[in-house]
Amino acid sequence: MTLATMASENRQARSLDYVKGYLARNPSLAIGIVLVGSLVLFSFVGSFFVDARMARPLSAAPSQPPSPELLFGTDTQGRNLFAVLVYGTWLTVQLGLIAGAIGILVGGSLGFMSAYFGGWTDRIINFSTDVLLTVPALLVLVIIASAFREGMTPTMMALIIAALAWRRPARQIRAQVLVMRNAGYVDTARISGAGPFEIIFFELVPNLMPYLVASFVTAVSAAVLASIGLEAMGLGPQNAPTLGMSIYYMMNFSAFLLKMWWWIIPPIAALIILFVGLYLINTGLDELANPRLRRRA
Amino acid sequence: MYLIYLTKRLVMLFLVVVTAATLNFFIPRLSDKSPVLEKITEMSESSAPGSVNMQELLVIFNERFGLDKPLLQQYFDYLGDMLTLDLNYSITSYPTRVADMILAALPWTLGLMVTSTLIAFLVGSVLGALTVWRKDLKLLQFFVPVVMVFSAIPFYLIGLILIYFVAYRGGYFPIGGGYSLTAFPAWDWEFASDVLYHSILPGTSIVIASIGIWALGMRGMMVTVQGEDYMNFAEAKGLKSRRVFLRYAVRNAVLPQVTQLALFMGQLVTGAILVEIVFGYPGMGSLLLQAVDYLDYYTIYGIVFVLILAVAVSMLILDLIYPLLDPRTRHHRA
Repeated sequence: MTLATMASENRQARSLDYVKGYLARNPSLAIGIVLVGSLVLFSFVGSFFVDARMARPLSAAPSQPPSPELLFGTDTQGRNLFAVLVYGTWLTVQLGLIAGAIGILVGGSLGFMSAYFGGWTDRIINFSTDVLLTVPALLVLVIIASAFREGMTPTMMALIIAALAWRRPARQIRAQVLVMRNAGYVDTARISGAGPFEIIFFELVPNLMPYLVASFVTAVSAAVLASIGLEAMGLGPQNAPTLGMSIYYMMNFSAFLLKMWWWIIPPIAALIILFVGLYLINTGLDELANPRLRRRA
Repeated sequence: MYLIYLTKRLVMLFLVVVTAATLNFFIPRLSDKSPVLEKITEMSESSAPGSVNMQELLVIFNERFGLDKPLLQQYFDYLGDMLTLDLNYSITSYPTRVADMILAALPWTLGLMVTSTLIAFLVGSVLGALTVWRKDLKLLQFFVPVVMVFSAIPFYLIGLILIYFVAYRGGYFPIGGGYSLTAFPAWDWEFASDVLYHSILPGTSIVIASIGIWALGMRGMMVTVQGEDYMNFAEAKGLKSRRVFLRYAVRNAVLPQVTQLALFMGQLVTGAILVEIVFGYPGMGSLLLQAVDYLDYYTIYGIVFVLILAVAVSMLILDLIYPLLDPRTRHHRA
């Protein structure tokens, strides 16, 4: 073994120790990662045991209570509810990730441009963000989704939600860049002859990383929230077993009156784990990005 | 200066309303569906063949809904209608006007939302203030962070849990509806108590899920306020702890919560609507669900428009009264 590989292994071990140490000091980040991670892991591992087709109607006998063969039972249309949970969880997380990623990309770029260039660019972007932030996203989404209801897929849904997911990232990142724009190292870069894009990508973005990640987590959480809201109203993808659709079916086919608790509990539990996990990650990242918050409250 | 600020905010409100109306008008036209045509197709399918002359009906309906005019004129007519709150007819329950349907549903939503938000605001603010003030109460130090985590859970999921455990398994409260099927709506004590009884679970789910928002905000403000000089001064004067807490700390810390309220208005409204859907509560949420089910487009647009308007107006009102509550933020010439 050469000295170089030993050194890099050593460095790896040390940075792993550092991460472990940090997570021990920031329990909400650790718990959040564990919650969301175990949910994703459940969905990943589960997909080796059940086929995606089992999440469709008529794949099993309807209204079966849980048993060794059908772990979470079936609903009144004969969906295998274990398969629904396995694939639905991933579909819902994926939807949030797509919408969140688009939101942060578009919003981040707008925020950067707005703060960095200032003047009319800033005024126009800032004003549109202001106006749109007053509008509750879900209501506008109801209009869009009801116009495109037929043939809705989870990806389409993610794109629809992304249409409004950029507002908050744009606002948050603009505020951060405004603060950082006048920092000494930006001036140094500018004097050294760096162009605006060089400054944005090599000076500002790396420093904004914690904020970008925190904004992304918020955006994912908001996107999942919006998707479940739309789905609960029956505006979701009719042919995909997302968690929100399970909730819609369960309410619409009166699972409560049929006393089918195995139909009711799993999607609610999965969603609560997801939302609480994302919230805790966000709180943890907040502390990472704002060291001043540490040990204050 | 207040006048300039006021004008600015009013222009903003106007633009929000125009944006909402514009979205309402153009988005449906991006899809290839015509609400009127769908209604007529449905009518002809459900009646005897030949009894409905589709062509003739289409012309009549298009004229009634103004769909035969050029697009731009339709757009301006629509903006005018919206600004005068003329929300057109419901397609499925024609000739009922959308505005009348909304007026019937609005009191339910307002009653549920305003009451539960006020309760959550009070309880949350008190809890948040006490966690900072009384570090010695161990139960509180444990309880409040848990409540804050609850704020991450959407209202309607908490509603579903309450329906399952309290209404269905426990049988303590009705699992849905605004009043008993046997009750006769009237202004008497019996009906009022029935309505109250039905609103406890939906209200509780909103309260549980939103206490954390106010507790978090209040806690942050109390920490800031505690470091202020006037707090030291009040203590140095030897004032009673209770008085320092209420008159000096809480009174200063609670003001920014009003701004919070404005920021969360949209979230509260959409949250309350979904709670209504979960509980089948006869407010705007259930009306919206019904309209979506029957693809009653004008009703959907009407509800969305009214709700956006309500959120924008209440944010404006909160913004305008804030300087009156807190003299420090009055708008000076910059």
